[in-house]
Amino acid sequence: MHLAYPAVLAALLFCTGLYGVLARRNAILVLMSVELMLNAVNLNLVAFDVWLSKAAEETLHSGQALTLFTIAIAAAEIGIGLAIVLAVHRNRGTADIDKLRDTAEGHGPEDTDDDARTAEPAAETGRTGKAEATA
Amino acid sequence: MTLAAATATTAHPTLTTVAAESHGFLSPTGVEVAFLLVGLVTFGAALVTVTTKQLVHAALWLVVALGGLAVEYLLLTAEFIAWVQVLIYVGSVVVLLLFGLMLTRAPIGRSPDADSGNRWAALVVAVAAAAALVWVVADAFRTTWIDLDGPAAGSTEATGASLFQNWVLPFEALSVLLLAALVGAIVLSRKAKAESSSPPLNSRAATGSSPSAPNSRNRPIRRNGRSEATRSAAGTEPTARGTASTTKETGPTEASNPVEATNPTEQEGAR
Repeated sequence: MHLAYPAVLAALLFCTGLYGVLARRNAILVLMSVELMLNAVNLNLVAFDVWLSKAAEETLHSGQALTLFTIAIAAAEIGIGLAIVLAVHRNRGTADIDKLRDTAEGHGPEDTDDDARTAEPAAETGRTGKAEATA
Repeated sequence: MTLAAATATTAHPTLTTVAAESHGFLSPTGVEVAFLLVGLVTFGAALVTVTTKQLVHAALWLVVALGGLAVEYLLLTAEFIAWVQVLIYVGSVVVLLLFGLMLTRAPIGRSPDADSGNRWAALVVAVAAAAALVWVVADAFRTTWIDLDGPAAGSTEATGASLFQNWVLPFEALSVLLLAALVGAIVLSRKAKAESSSPPLNSRAATGSSPSAPNSRNRPIRRNGRSEATRSAAGTEPTARGTASTTKETGPTEASNPVEATNPTEQEGAR
């Protein structure tokens, strides 16, 4: 098989995922696009491993081992990412990454001040409330 | 753009006929044709995944793209990777994503704000990156062929032997990483539970925050045995609103647990 087929397909899939990461607004759709990018890299790794194992007599199979590691890391990433997205949705009521602008610079300072003011007493009372509950 | 690859393939043999003949790949073989067709399906599914306005459909098209990639792995004789792909990605990652979509109350049907305002800039960046990458890759590997004959390079035996002879230490380190991810996911969800159980109420009662604030930020999330004590200790709760939101909030509260519960199976599958 011509090596350009899997290489070009991987490049196209990667750029599709890149578009999704940049253009999507929902955090979970961004995670899906990240998965697409990771899969493009996996395809590249497998194709080059199969090529090198015959062409260069390479017996380490490093590409396939790295692919398995990438798949495992992607699984861990999606678990952590979804936990973060769900926590954000629980606290903010939205999973829109356009609306999560607490650390953004160059947008109205009064908004961030409000956020900080409401967030801090919340954390404070949360801690004291927990302490009372456990005492 | 796969046309670029096709033209590179067809234009090539006239240049280096010797190399081509030594591999016997003058014309597209059956494997190449199958790879091209499955690749087109995969690429199309990926395109629909990143452009569709229906969130659940995006997850389902992602299944098509990932399954197509598994078929590509099979065509590249990497059978173990292919089945791991089916098990982990199609089996658990997409299910996790669907759970996430449900738990964040993604709307069923078309959601007009699925794409953000910078989609045209994103399109320009993606198309430019695709053009550059495809050009470079097709130019660099014009004269390279994968030899798929003989014993499969990615059979389970070969993969397992190399994995447990040469890659044992990274493998074990990876299992530690998976354990850390499992613990991290649980801690993330539990921390949100403990901190948001009582404080939003108090902050609203104390500061009298404006009703224009998004109500989800201040609404009580967890009502179970432990936060009962917290509530009585705080003592400033508007009771009617508390009971109403209790019944409203039990659904996602209960339902958020299966996501974490699916993690262990995912960890085992990844090993």
